[in-house]
Amino acid sequence: MLKDYLDSLEDQFESQAGFGSDWLQSFKLKSFNTFREIGFPISRKGNEKWKYTSVSPIVNNVFQVSQPKSVDIDLIKQVAPWSKDWYNIVFIDGYIDHDISNLPNSGISIDSLNSAQDRIGQLTDVSDDGFAALNSAFLSDGLILSIEKSFDPNAVLNIIYYSSGSNLEFNNPRLHITAQEKSSSIVLENYVGGGANVTLTNSVTEIELKPSAKMTHYRLMSESNDSFNIGYGRVKLSDDSSFDSSSFFHGANIGRYDLNVLIDGERAHCDLKGLYLTSDEQHLDNFINIDHSKPNSSSNLFYKGILSGKSRAVFGGTVLVRKEAQKTFSVQSDKNLILSDQAEVDSKPALFIYADDVQCAHGASAGNIDEDSVFYMRSRGIDLETASKLLIYGFADEIISQIEQMEFRDFIEDKFLESLPDYKFEF
Amino acid sequence: MDNNKPLLIVNDLHVSIDDKDILKGINLQVNLGEVHAIMGPNGSGKSTLANVISGRPGYSITSGSIEYLGENINEELPEIRARKGIFLAFQYPVELPGVRSWQFLKSSVDAIRKEKGESELGVKEFDSLLETHRNKVEMNPDLVKRSVNEGFSGGEKKRNEIMQLSLLNPTLALLDETDSGLDIDALRIVSNGVNDFKSENNSVLIVTHYQRILEYIKPDFVHVLVDGNIVKSGDSNLALELEEKGYEWIKESISAGS
Repeated sequence: MLKDYLDSLEDQFESQAGFGSDWLQSFKLKSFNTFREIGFPISRKGNEKWKYTSVSPIVNNVFQVSQPKSVDIDLIKQVAPWSKDWYNIVFIDGYIDHDISNLPNSGISIDSLNSAQDRIGQLTDVSDDGFAALNSAFLSDGLILSIEKSFDPNAVLNIIYYSSGSNLEFNNPRLHITAQEKSSSIVLENYVGGGANVTLTNSVTEIELKPSAKMTHYRLMSESNDSFNIGYGRVKLSDDSSFDSSSFFHGANIGRYDLNVLIDGERAHCDLKGLYLTSDEQHLDNFINIDHSKPNSSSNLFYKGILSGKSRAVFGGTVLVRKEAQKTFSVQSDKNLILSDQAEVDSKPALFIYADDVQCAHGASAGNIDEDSVFYMRSRGIDLETASKLLIYGFADEIISQIEQMEFRDFIEDKFLESLPDYKFEF
Repeated sequence: MDNNKPLLIVNDLHVSIDDKDILKGINLQVNLGEVHAIMGPNGSGKSTLANVISGRPGYSITSGSIEYLGENINEELPEIRARKGIFLAFQYPVELPGVRSWQFLKSSVDAIRKEKGESELGVKEFDSLLETHRNKVEMNPDLVKRSVNEGFSGGEKKRNEIMQLSLLNPTLALLDETDSGLDIDALRIVSNGVNDFKSENNSVLIVTHYQRILEYIKPDFVHVLVDGNIVKSGDSNLALELEEKGYEWIKESISAGS
């Protein structure tokens, strides 16, 4: 099966390789050659990065690269956060739909993939990831933004990656943002849509923060439960910059997010929060690395998960503090609420510290709600079902309540409330 | 007060936890309009009595019965007991991270109203009701905006219990060591809340180690619990006598009598 897919990818690559500028064509070819070399990540190769996630269910399908389509805007608004006060930018199956997108016309510059050779790929190393290599090899469209200092710091850039759910198609959206010196921005990335068919969204996002740039970033993975969603994010921070990112996951058959933040500046701060809700037979893998390479910076990694059914979650969170990164302050934590005997989490927070003057802490936990909490609520007349719901939501609220963008917070609140598993704590 | 209508009848109640006998044949009748105090040394079973009446899981009633409003409630779920008017003020109120106080209190009020055949309260109605009861215990308005009990001081937690007592207006209030950990000012506020609540149409059962709270909330009856049995009952003077002579006195007088 895998061989069929690889053969098909060869044919598909040949038929689209001539698209784009010279630079783009050679970038794609180079990336495809890398893919030929490394292939899909397979755990039996002893690959630590993919230790707990088998990609066989994905690559046993023969996916065809997606073609541009148009979709009724109302379908998108049903599944994605949307406000008329925002800049809404919509990818449909990997292609930007300019008719329904409204891009800002000041404080931001937008470039074409064809002339993005100084940016695309600068933060990614496709030789360490077959999916990222595939995204680069099949690049069809991308959003390349430069956010200037003059950009309205309260404006919301709402980027939507909508999957139309076309059977056995894969799409490769690409985002590159340069947050220029002293700029401040709010960026939403939403992976939504899908349907009853098998689809693959294979995305790459690169974000570079120049000195004193500030970005509040939200990411939502909310595709259908028959979708595969593989994401690869690379973020680089310069002096005095800050990146505050919250990620929410609840829809995908297999979901994966590989996020690597390079702290390449002093007095920079990176805050990564996350909430995942898995049920049925879903599989979700968060593979996060924070690399402190300069002194006097800080990072905070805080994820929570709620697992039910036969679902499985993987949390690999590694903070590396290099020898030069003195006076680093870093905390990381992953807490899980497991609502079923058949659900499983593999949580591996890890710290590698090579500097001697740092403050770092990490922890992971997995468990259930304690009996006293449930009894306290029942003793006030609240039935077991409502008590359970309030407590499960309460567990999630610690992440959700930190969303500062109110419309997005309301959207996430509703989304998670309606998706919470029907569950009653029994003692 | 000459009401004498029995609200709670505990009849030869034996209770064990993990096969260990804690209560060994308790008999107690609480009539409407009465305040009873259960006193006793640590480990005597007095908190168990309050908890088992409220329906806390983990206790097994091996024999005897608890009758509330004429019905045996041995098997009743705790939420049903609460809706029928039994309220337990916790010795250690539980923190519920992420559960907003407002939501929690409204769910509770609505559940109890529903039992009485009343409709759920609108947001504004509930807000004004909450404000009234919050003011009674001089509770900081910010506290009800937070998660339930999260980050509250010990005194604030106890005050929150009495605020809930006032808000939910039960028929039987069980106060489990409500005085522990309170300074004099907080004790006064909490006691005022209880005194304000009590009427001819409800009853209060105070579980306490110390006589101190009984100076503020005057009991009609005092029962002394030792090793799972009520060994002596009397009026409020018994509490004073205990304060003066200590629990050893009771223990000695029992062994002398037996």
